[in-house]
Amino acid sequence: MNNTDKVKQSLKKRYAKEKRFQLYGKIAVMTGFVFLGLLLLDIITKAIPAFQSTEILLEIPLDRHTLELSSNIALNEDTLSAIDYAGLVKKSMRQKFPDIKKRKDKKQLYKLISSGAEFDLRDMVISKPELISTTPLLIWVKADDDIDTFFKLQTRTSRVTDKQAEFVEQLILQDQIRTSFNTTFFTASDSREPEQAGIKGALLGSFWTLLVTLFLSLPIGIGAAVYLEEFAPQNKLTDFIEININNLAAVPSIVFGLLGLAVFINFFGMPRSVPLVGGLVLSLMTLPTIIISSRAAIKSVPPSIKEAALGLGASHMQTVFHHVLPLAMPGILTGAIIGMAQALGETAPLLMIGMVAFIVDIPGGVVDSATVLPVQIYLWSDSPERAFTALTAATILVLLAFLAVMNMLAIFLRKHFERRW
Amino acid sequence: MNSSALFLLITGLSLIAYFTGRRQAFSHALQGKLKALPKHYGILTAMWSGIPALLLMLMWIMLQPSYLHQQILHSLPDSIANQSSDTLELYINNINLAIADGSDIDDPIIQKAINGYRQAENNSRYLLTGLVFLLSLSGIIFGLTKKLINIHARISIERAVKGFLVLCSGVAIVTTVGIVLSVLFEALRFFESISFFDFMFGTNWSPQTAIRDDQAGSSGSFGAIPLFVGTMLISAIAMMIAVPVGLLSAIYLSEYATARFRTIAKPTLELLAGIPTVVYGFFAALSVAPFIREAGESIGLSVASESALAAGIVMGVMIIPFVSSLSDDVISAVPQSMRDGSLGLGATKSETIKQVIIPAALPGIVGGVLLAASRAIGETMIVVMAAGLAAKLTANPLDAVTTVTVQIVTLLTGDQEFDSPKTLAAFALGLMLFATTLILNVIALHIVRKYREQYE
Amino acid sequence: MSINTSAKISQPFQANTEPMLEETSNKATTKSSDNKSDITIGENIIENPKFSTRNVDVFYDDKQAIFNASLDIGRNEVIALIGPSGCGKSTFLRTLNRMNDTIPSCRISGEITLDGENIYDKKMDPVLLRARVGMVFQKANPFPKSIYDNVAYGPRLHGLARTNSELDEIVITSLEKAGLFNEVKDRLTAPGTGLSGGQQQRLCIARTISVSPEVILMDEPASALDPIATAIIEELIDELRVNFTIAIVTHSMQQAARVSQRTAYFHMGKIIEVGNTSQIFTNPRHQLTENYITGKFG
Repeated sequence: MNNTDKVKQSLKKRYAKEKRFQLYGKIAVMTGFVFLGLLLLDIITKAIPAFQSTEILLEIPLDRHTLELSSNIALNEDTLSAIDYAGLVKKSMRQKFPDIKKRKDKKQLYKLISSGAEFDLRDMVISKPELISTTPLLIWVKADDDIDTFFKLQTRTSRVTDKQAEFVEQLILQDQIRTSFNTTFFTASDSREPEQAGIKGALLGSFWTLLVTLFLSLPIGIGAAVYLEEFAPQNKLTDFIEININNLAAVPSIVFGLLGLAVFINFFGMPRSVPLVGGLVLSLMTLPTIIISSRAAIKSVPPSIKEAALGLGASHMQTVFHHVLPLAMPGILTGAIIGMAQALGETAPLLMIGMVAFIVDIPGGVVDSATVLPVQIYLWSDSPERAFTALTAATILVLLAFLAVMNMLAIFLRKHFERRW
Repeated sequence: MNSSALFLLITGLSLIAYFTGRRQAFSHALQGKLKALPKHYGILTAMWSGIPALLLMLMWIMLQPSYLHQQILHSLPDSIANQSSDTLELYINNINLAIADGSDIDDPIIQKAINGYRQAENNSRYLLTGLVFLLSLSGIIFGLTKKLINIHARISIERAVKGFLVLCSGVAIVTTVGIVLSVLFEALRFFESISFFDFMFGTNWSPQTAIRDDQAGSSGSFGAIPLFVGTMLISAIAMMIAVPVGLLSAIYLSEYATARFRTIAKPTLELLAGIPTVVYGFFAALSVAPFIREAGESIGLSVASESALAAGIVMGVMIIPFVSSLSDDVISAVPQSMRDGSLGLGATKSETIKQVIIPAALPGIVGGVLLAASRAIGETMIVVMAAGLAAKLTANPLDAVTTVTVQIVTLLTGDQEFDSPKTLAAFALGLMLFATTLILNVIALHIVRKYREQYE
Repeated sequence: MSINTSAKISQPFQANTEPMLEETSNKATTKSSDNKSDITIGENIIENPKFSTRNVDVFYDDKQAIFNASLDIGRNEVIALIGPSGCGKSTFLRTLNRMNDTIPSCRISGEITLDGENIYDKKMDPVLLRARVGMVFQKANPFPKSIYDNVAYGPRLHGLARTNSELDEIVITSLEKAGLFNEVKDRLTAPGTGLSGGQQQRLCIARTISVSPEVILMDEPASALDPIATAIIEELIDELRVNFTIAIVTHSMQQAARVSQRTAYFHMGKIIEVGNTSQIFTNPRHQLTENYITGKFG
């Protein structure tokens, strides 16, 4: 048997192996795809309900007689806020179901409505005093989160009683219950009640935190990159700095949180839960990313351009700032955006510095207590109320949308401004 | 003046400094004696005026709170200052609240402290404003002297800028030193009350009970072995998913896939790396864990609702793109001549990959896997959300285990005294985490660098 | 008969740059000269050839690298392919064992037969073909394995040895034939990459002959070596002729003269002239050949 025959004999087996190996490769790639698909699908399906909220129609008499406001009382903020709005809401509910007599049933009836309804009503009346008139006010108020879930998803949790289910049936028959777009989600901040909770606070918290991060990490990152790429002498110290940067890029993010807690909060006495400290911690964390990508961008500027400037008598510093940096800018910004995207999604270090508190106020600056989007996700995902799951998923979608925009911006910058030499 | 007004003041004075410096230079330029451009003299003067003042202001702002805190303590009468730390803390909190509110309080002692605080704050502000003004002004005046034009302004500016650049690169070192010092310092304090040996080799972890007075510092409660084992278990599951899937996808995409498929598939897989970990945590806790539990129970297995398997699988998925992009780098670094040599002998593609490319790329792949392992060990949110809290010493992936990072988060979230062994324990865990990942990273980066050099 | 192959397998990162260079330099000529009318001068067709190519065109995407090449390679002869760089000689060589399959943009038409079998036929297996037609590359490319494993790689793949002693024998014979055995017999387990450049190239030759191919293609095998190592390789080629048919691409005319019996001159993707080596170098029939031989360009 000569060699050709021997090879021929082995071929069938070998090609089978080849096919199998390719198949493993395909399966591996598909595994990644499937997980990504499942993850997104799961989150989207969970998030959809959060964008709709259930509302119940109330008819509220707002004439001075019912409100016990004699005609000589001026309608200003003080008098208007003194009105018993909770009573009005309850009364209007009772009128819908006049047959209900038992105290227990009444209580259940009131629970159909979100506890925030009275405050919405108050705000509405205060901003529009002319509503006080003989014509009763027709107003859609938010339903309680359990009723919301029950009506929207037709799934009844144990917290919806038989009686309440009956009420909802009747409301449906009278066409006094509906779903509408959940604007509260975008305009309110955190709340213990799912139907009153929104992400505005977290969104602004993220904004302030990222602002601090950007203002600190971009100049420092560019400065460090310029020094290391252009001016640093070849010595042990430079090597040490480089090793440090590479290692910092791989240090677990939670360690940066420990650093922030020990140094910024305990040593420098900075306040907890504020975007300033969050931004400081996140800048230290994103700095390696920005330095590494800025160095790559600076390195890619051809030496010929530098030599041309130097040849004209420009100093090294002038050459770098007039020629090298502007040309490297798109690459640097691309890296910076990716670093910011990382910072936007980061959670763990912020837990360490107390940005995990329950904060209702919307932060107006870098030293106001705040939380950020990913931490809000973490907080809500832990909440027992079912409706918070949908809110969490919806917040995730918002976060992912921001990340997608940032990454697309980075891709756009890279494609359109990055020169190739 | 408050800080933003002060900042405006400094900016304004610096602008004035710029123009005076430039004018000064212009007047000498006519005599042809200038070493640099007039605008350089302007910038130099502005820097003299602005930078010292700014630095002073920054330092002042940083040091002021602790100084004022001292002031409050001093202003309290001895009867209160000598009370136990808890009561004192309460007092100071009240005072701080009142200061933040701007309201007055009935308690005369507190009121006195508040007044003292406000007085000190006012004094400090006036002093700062005066000093800043003086510093800025002296910069301008210096710019007006004859000395200015004897200096080579551009070189001076560049020296200052270079100094700034050096400081920027120094931040990396400062950060590392900061991390090491902060975790080390607090960890050492922890080891004063709990022995290092008990911590490293103890098998019982229950920090909650250890803060009770009768148990404070009792050894055995801070035995970290269950945490280490839990961390290893979850990381191992993650690596078992991430390494084969990541490596095989890298191979498939770089060696088999068509160019078109690759341009779509690579960024799609990398999307997995761009998803925040908290999202994975949500997915693991609310979807994967219940699914595994139900699946396990349907075949008669008892599965914890926070099983290590769920957290591990999801963490593995998160690391897939990490492994695959690192493997991709090292595989593509293997020279084409290797492939040609093997194919030219009549090897099939998979034989070439398995017997030539992978062995050639092995050091790089090992480096990448170590980096991925370090990431798995340090990953926090997935395990915080999907793994358990109770420390259980087990190797069963269907059980709930807890990890080092979970415990750090649990120990440090919520309000507690900073000095309790409970909080300090978090830093001891942080030290272990930092040391482990650092060692892994250093080894991995070294291997990868050596590997790259081999084919360069 | 015309065949089109476009390899389905992608070549990701380091596409072989050499053919690309050739194609670019061809670009200028495609317009100016009429390709089909050019006929190769000399004895490009012989009787009972080992390899036979007829009207072969090779394209990279739309750019043509080889024009209408017809050339026979005889049994147990050394044929040298010479020509200025970028003339297509390496591309031509790589079509003979279908190494161009690994470049996705490459298309080949025409007929290439080995012992009368069309190698681009569907029935022809590229793996089997490459076992029969071995290749030695320009730059020595030993695998990062031991010397022994480098040589044993091919036989193991193809299942040529049943037992370890058979494998030992193949390895030793191959190393002996490549003239390397005496230099490395004490360190067969040492990594192949640790050898000197000339030894590495001889290791690659040993690796190639370990699967007992019928034809060995050599792509400038000595171009990266010093003169002494080159001389050893050239001597080796002459010895190998007894057992193998050899096609060697070289840019050194002296080398072609020393090792080959026949020579084919390539110019801008075309085979200009084929003949006995002595005749080509002493009495070229085509002006282009003469220009090249006399050093007017190239």
